Amino acid sequence: MTFPNTVAAAVPAVPPAHTRRRGTLSRLGQTFAMFRNGKSIAGLAILGVFVLIAIFGDWIAPYGPLDKDFEALRQPPSLVHWLGTTHMGEDVLSQIIYGTRGVLVVGFTAGVIATIIAVAIGVTAGYVTGWRSESLSALTNVFLVIPGLPLIIIIASQYENPSLLLISSVLAITGWAWGGRVLRAQTMSLRNRDFIQAARANGEPLYRIIAVEMLPNLTAIIASSFVGTVIAAVLGLTTLAFIGVIPITNLNWGTILFWAQQNGAFPDFWWWYVPAGLCIALLGMALSLINFGIDEYVNPRLRSAGERARAMRKKGFKLSDTATAVRPRAVAPGLSADPGTSTDPGATNAGTK
Amino acid sequence: MTTLEFKDVSKKYRVRGSGELLALDKVSFTLTSGQTIALVGQSGSGKSTIAKILTQLERVSSGDVLLDGTPIPTWGRPLRRYRQTVRMVFQDPFASLNPAHTIRHHIERPLRLDKVVPADQVEEEVFRLLTRVRLSPEQTIDRRPHELSGGQRQRVAIARALASRPALLIADEPVSMLDVSIRLEVLNLLAELQREANLGVLYITHDLATARHFSDEIMVLHHGKVVESGKADDVILRPQHAYTQALRNASPDPEKHFAAPTTTPGAIS
Amino acid sequence: MRFFLRRAAFYAFTAWAAITINFFLPRMMKGDPVSAYLQKNQGRISPEAIASLRTLFGLDSNKSLLEQYIDYWQLLFSGDLGRSFSKGLAPVTDVIASAIPWTVGLVGIATVISFVVGTAIGAFIGWRRGSRADGIVPVATFFSTVPYFWMGLIAIAIFSTTLGWFPASHAYDKGTQPSFTLEFAGQVVMHGFLPALTLVIGSLGGWILGMRNMMITVLDEDYVTVAQAKGLRPARVLVNYAARNASLPQLSSFAMSLGFIVGGTLVMELVFSYPGAGKLLLDATTAKDYPLMQGLFLVITLTVLVANILADVAYAILDPRTRQMEA
Repeated sequence: MTFPNTVAAAVPAVPPAHTRRRGTLSRLGQTFAMFRNGKSIAGLAILGVFVLIAIFGDWIAPYGPLDKDFEALRQPPSLVHWLGTTHMGEDVLSQIIYGTRGVLVVGFTAGVIATIIAVAIGVTAGYVTGWRSESLSALTNVFLVIPGLPLIIIIASQYENPSLLLISSVLAITGWAWGGRVLRAQTMSLRNRDFIQAARANGEPLYRIIAVEMLPNLTAIIASSFVGTVIAAVLGLTTLAFIGVIPITNLNWGTILFWAQQNGAFPDFWWWYVPAGLCIALLGMALSLINFGIDEYVNPRLRSAGERARAMRKKGFKLSDTATAVRPRAVAPGLSADPGTSTDPGATNAGTK
Repeated sequence: MTTLEFKDVSKKYRVRGSGELLALDKVSFTLTSGQTIALVGQSGSGKSTIAKILTQLERVSSGDVLLDGTPIPTWGRPLRRYRQTVRMVFQDPFASLNPAHTIRHHIERPLRLDKVVPADQVEEEVFRLLTRVRLSPEQTIDRRPHELSGGQRQRVAIARALASRPALLIADEPVSMLDVSIRLEVLNLLAELQREANLGVLYITHDLATARHFSDEIMVLHHGKVVESGKADDVILRPQHAYTQALRNASPDPEKHFAAPTTTPGAIS
Repeated sequence: MRFFLRRAAFYAFTAWAAITINFFLPRMMKGDPVSAYLQKNQGRISPEAIASLRTLFGLDSNKSLLEQYIDYWQLLFSGDLGRSFSKGLAPVTDVIASAIPWTVGLVGIATVISFVVGTAIGAFIGWRRGSRADGIVPVATFFSTVPYFWMGLIAIAIFSTTLGWFPASHAYDKGTQPSFTLEFAGQVVMHGFLPALTLVIGSLGGWILGMRNMMITVLDEDYVTVAQAKGLRPARVLVNYAARNASLPQLSSFAMSLGFIVGGTLVMELVFSYPGAGKLLLDATTAKDYPLMQGLFLVITLTVLVANILADVAYAILDPRTRQMEA
């Protein structure tokens, strides 16, 4: 017994010649959709400026970072030295430019290492169940609770001249846990979704379920965690340099502040210590903007929240008003005046006859 | 001809805090290719558990599940081969497709995984399957699930299930989350496909009307027990068990196909 | 009940892990400054002090690692963390004990103020989304990434050196003896104002943004619409329905960020020469005072752990779902 058939469309079974697979470029475009909003673009733009400065520092900087101009000690900003000079006549602007490289290299390296650890442990912890998941979660939580900076200080003080890789690794080891925890939670919720169950029911091997089915759905979280780790690493690095735990051979913005502090720059020689801190804040802000962009992509409510409210305000409503008053409909003859009836005048009560 | 047999299958779940939950209590039935059995019951009666056991997403606590007389494999290559034979269409079209991938990916995967056709014919086969479920391949193949409607997504899910040419299909409430106006179309499609490929279909639903029209036999599940089973018309028109009667009477039917209501002792819990 | 047992087990595990890391830390570090120190100052150290230092730093080469480990635990239970090199061989526990209250006081008060104010502002901004209140968001973002220590320096430069409103360093005026008088309390407040202000402003941004995002998500939920449709006053919907649910994840991220907060405080104390545990650690590092460093790391870690436990308990109390699981 069947129901009346709908008309079957006559469609060729052979793929017509003009259909192509959408190329890798288009797939990439899909992956980077999370960056296609105002906040992300602004953040990426600022970040881009810093990256260019880091790469082309040698050509942009008017002086070498340690070049001393004995004619101009402790000079405020001038045409010769745009950001003034230090107590030894070094050009502050050049120091900032050269310092960008140290900050970005360590920041991103730490971010990459930390994200790899976070993905490996977090996604695994989310996918497996039972004691395996719990113990990985406990491991993550231990790293979360142990305070990072004291540990880094103690470890870093051991080495005379720690390499960039070592510094990045230590920053990564103390900073991966946050992302790991978030990834575990996301993977756990993803695991119970029907499409994962369908992949399992179809016999997909485990590595494909995680790598092909789950990871693409986690890219936004991974990206967000990466950016967050970079911010933390940049702050950590500059803090360590300021304290003096990291040797001054690694020039970064924190080192500039260290020198400023040691050589009596406060409070008078503002041009020496203000720019470095502002750069840290600016870079951090750029990264945060990128993260906001990702957040809005993941959670569409954030994206439209402001727009809807503004649109409503234009019409004269306030979003936080109590519900708009319901005006009773004009009563049609034959119907009750009760506004609780359904809009369909022909509806009868459901139920048996 | 393939036969799947549930023999006295029970399933217990451990619940945090309150002990154990008996989801299935000695359930037995047989499903053969070419046959459609409807599995009817309210939420929590154990219908989805049966589906999960059939796809080996869950294991039985006791009892046997036999495919052509032999217990179904639980791991390794034999399990993979079993999974080719039994496929499932999930209830929620909005959740059963991976939002990150194109429709092509969804249909290709089972084809490539189970090597249903040689690699150079995969694209052609994808087109054929999409056409078979009445979707236009050119317009859907490169889209992602969120660009399709619920009905279209469910068709994709059906195409995906049929890709590996299974002998048995489990349809877990395939239309309950679709608009009423397109439910008929999708069920029609399933009926057509079933006839064409001589599939054995386990149609899980809580809708008695479609259960009756779509299947040869009906099984009524209540709190994990099969309380009634038999030919579709028999179960609907001459229900023996109180629960079946109550189900039937609770069902809104504008066509008045059912007999006069009887008062039932024992409420539906 | 099971929920609490699991959490308790986790915390016990974390404490054990921290203590074990602390055990291995000096043994992993190269060089052996402790032996050198002991040799130089042989006559001046009591035998018990020498013994505890040897246990802490693994100088008992004739004992197996396991035996050293057991000795270490015994030492800890007896409250002995060794002797501080840079503080005239005073017991490490005493040295730390005199510094911890300052840190806990400063951090505790500043963090709580920052959290409460930030959450309130964030709730308000989320409520008034799309209005001019949204202008605070970029400001909050900026302040959330400004390094604490830099802000502290600027604060000193402006408020202390230039305007002379607040003292620039230390916890109380030089030469004063700590006492429970009103005058002393006044000094503490004056000296603590700038560090606390810097801490509050530095972390405010993060709480504001986090709460705003949570509020926006929660306000879209149906139950808020129902509350509004019922005719409840907007203030009541904001506080009792929206903010109440949005603040739970806030509390959770508060617990997660405690480790990070400690880091910021550390540097603050350096900048303001505030006599807390952070400055003590930095001084110890410079002076290569290993017993003090090791002891401080342990104490700081355990303090963060305790704070985590408190935050978790607060969360469990506030989240009705955990209460229901108990019943």
